[in-house]
Amino acid sequence: MNIRKAAAAALVAALGVTTLAACGTDDVREAAGETDQPMPKTVTLVSHDSFNASKEVLAEFTKQTGLTVKVLKSGDAGEAVNKEILTKGSPQGDVFFGVDNTLLSRALDNGIFVPYEAQGLDRIPAELQLDKEQHRVTPIDSGDICVNYDKQYFADKKLAPPQTFDDLAKPAYKDLLVTENPERSSPGLGFLLGTAAKYGDEGWQDYWKKLKANGVKTVDSWELAYNQEFSGSAGGKKAKGDRPLVVSYASSPPVEVLYAEPQPKVAPTGVSTGTCFRQTEFAGLLNGAKNPEGGKKLIDFLISKKFQDDMPLQMFVNPVTKDATLPELFTKHGVVIEKPETMAPKKIADNRDQWIQQWTSLVLK
Amino acid sequence: MVLPVVFFAVFFAWPVVSIVERGLRPDGRWELGRFGETLSRPEILDVLWFTLWQALASTALTLLVALPGAYVFARFDFPGKRVLRAVVTVPFVLPTVMVGTAFLALVGRRGLLDDWWGLRLDTGVWAILLAHVFFNYAVVVRTVGGLWSQLDPRQEEAARVLGASRWRAWRTVTLPALGPSVAAAALMVFLFTASSFGIVQILGGPAYSTLETEIYRQTADRLQLSTAAVLTMVQFVAVGAILTVHARVVRRRETALRLVPAERTARRPQGAGQWALLGGVLLSVALLILAPLGVLVERSLATSDGYGLDYYRALGQVDEGGTFLVPLTDTIVNSLQYALAATGIAVVIGGLAAAALTRRAGRLVRGFDALLMLPLGVSAVTVGFGFLITLDEPPLDLRASWILVPLAQALVGVPFVVRTMLPVLRAVDERLREAAAVLGASPWRAWREVDLPLVRRALLIAAGFAFAVSLGEFGATVFIARPDNPTLPVAVARLLGRPGELNYGQAMALSTILMVVCAVSLLLLERLRSDRTSGEF
Repeated sequence: MNIRKAAAAALVAALGVTTLAACGTDDVREAAGETDQPMPKTVTLVSHDSFNASKEVLAEFTKQTGLTVKVLKSGDAGEAVNKEILTKGSPQGDVFFGVDNTLLSRALDNGIFVPYEAQGLDRIPAELQLDKEQHRVTPIDSGDICVNYDKQYFADKKLAPPQTFDDLAKPAYKDLLVTENPERSSPGLGFLLGTAAKYGDEGWQDYWKKLKANGVKTVDSWELAYNQEFSGSAGGKKAKGDRPLVVSYASSPPVEVLYAEPQPKVAPTGVSTGTCFRQTEFAGLLNGAKNPEGGKKLIDFLISKKFQDDMPLQMFVNPVTKDATLPELFTKHGVVIEKPETMAPKKIADNRDQWIQQWTSLVLK
Repeated sequence: MVLPVVFFAVFFAWPVVSIVERGLRPDGRWELGRFGETLSRPEILDVLWFTLWQALASTALTLLVALPGAYVFARFDFPGKRVLRAVVTVPFVLPTVMVGTAFLALVGRRGLLDDWWGLRLDTGVWAILLAHVFFNYAVVVRTVGGLWSQLDPRQEEAARVLGASRWRAWRTVTLPALGPSVAAAALMVFLFTASSFGIVQILGGPAYSTLETEIYRQTADRLQLSTAAVLTMVQFVAVGAILTVHARVVRRRETALRLVPAERTARRPQGAGQWALLGGVLLSVALLILAPLGVLVERSLATSDGYGLDYYRALGQVDEGGTFLVPLTDTIVNSLQYALAATGIAVVIGGLAAAALTRRAGRLVRGFDALLMLPLGVSAVTVGFGFLITLDEPPLDLRASWILVPLAQALVGVPFVVRTMLPVLRAVDERLREAAAVLGASPWRAWREVDLPLVRRALLIAAGFAFAVSLGEFGATVFIARPDNPTLPVAVARLLGRPGELNYGQAMALSTILMVVCAVSLLLLERLRSDRTSGEF
């Protein structure tokens, strides 16, 4: 019997501790529905690990609305979306930012968002608004996934850098390209989708056979590809990376300049403009949000000029609103991709898993 | 008994069952046909096969390297033995992310060996196997060495006097006594390597996948809950089987061996052969364990302009990029707070469970014993996702609460507590308790006056282990830690995921700090080690 008594005592103690802990934090009380304020003071933004915003800008939102933004980073882009799908109806926050066009259909079909037409939507080009009928999601930023090249390498070799998908499969560029596993990494997936958009549902596999024969190397993550294998980045130079071509972003060269000491006059890397795939990221109001009113205000804020101007140097993406100003770093060292490859979210959703599987058996095995 | 059962039901069984059910009963009907369909897919069979053979190879390699080590630690006295014993245990409680990082820094591109001799294992099977040896060396040394140091050498001497050759004396006297503990250690190593996640993820590259990484991929990347559920069940059955065998082996081990205090069996090595053995073992420890740990330290000090403490200084500043909303030094405080809370929970739950297990024998209790071990072998991602979907209703909406992290860590700590406490509690003479009861002590008081003084030491050791395990726990924490209070291992993983030299350096500096904290707490444990604890770790 003694054990039972001890257990009871311990249980009481443990419960006591938990309750005390619960009383100490507001969010738990809110979660338990014990809010006595009419309007919660915080709004929670769930996002992927790459989300960044400067403190001043978040403080500005608090000044305008009286709400504090709590950011909850929930893994990489795919993982974060999947967690929201799993917890549908009882989400971890109010707004989700960071679902891109490659995952959009999955998120919409699973009904994790509720419609909300943001204030100021008219400043965003119509072709980016991929859910125009219902406005379950709002476009926030866009970027292009493109092959980057190491300028120094091609200058030394007196070889013109490749500019198109076709070029990458030419013998002149044998054993030079490193890409990412599309299952684990969004640039890897974007590059695969770019080839599928360019060569069609049947043709992309032949193209990848050529790439494989031409010595393409695959690693698991963008970090490894860009900072270890690629010879053009600061990290790759240190790591003695020996691949002068890497699948990265159109915004990578400006970033390379930004983090260099001292900053060079021209970027050490360039972009192969004919190898790009357009990625757009969206935010949406979560189904079952505890603070939907605050969530709506936050979405309005994400497309305000203030946030859009701040975003490029925080997340290295392009703003979507027409009135945003690009920082000088981008205008000086970045390129504008005129004709990126694109693909409808529905088509991506229908084919993505199958393509990844085909790609895996074709390239990795 | 009640509290541990409730704890496990709520924080382990319920989340895991829910997530499995989500996969196998999508529309309210069980779809058991998914088993056959999933298990006949060639890529899944590849995963199972790779999991099995790498675990077998890792186990064999670990035994090969660690058994001489166990002998040396058991039988020889040499200066610095205590420190070294603590040091070889450090890898076991380091987060796998760091183990992976340390190995990449050693054998990977621009690794130390690459700089010196152009030797580059890069990623692949060999790197995985070596990291597994590094990780599990301590398991063998502690399990086998612990017993070996208490075997009475006079038994073997008696056999020699009676005319047996040295080899025969060892084979007929020592080996049968050691056999079960070697088997137990091998099973444990097999369990850890078969369910290894971080190491395979980092060192394996895209081409290698084990059951654990596949469950992660199917759940987090593909949302194929049915496949993940089938794999989870496979893992569950396999782990259950391993644990059953393990329990049998351990019970056999509890047969009466004449044990003597370890101090009486260890002596200074004599003769060239023994010195050579000692030297060999020390060399293997230096290469396999000290080198990767040393690399972390070296990298944390190597700035772009010579050696210095720049990275450590940078930890104290809030980084403007905003990945962390707090200075990184706060992560150390966070980690320690979580670890304290987790230790408290694990000691209460584990202590009660161990007490319950000593009192009663029988099938049910033995089943419960194995149940407590299950969290060691069940995928953290399953538990993490299970938390997300089950603990979301008031009064148990803990998803945004800090208590979730220590709870998840305590799950992993409890088995260690039980394993450490049980042998000691079983050794307490029942008659002492009865005598106290006869003299009118309440059961609670009898426990306090009789058991507690005898087990206090074991309790401290158990707490220390729970603490160290919690400090290093990464798998479950990464799902539930929040950016405003990340733990140390989570912060390291995030830093490593960002470009730039400063981030890499800070990750190394944090790893070094964690390593030192672990080593110090283990060293304190070494001081506490009572000669009666033939605990299993």
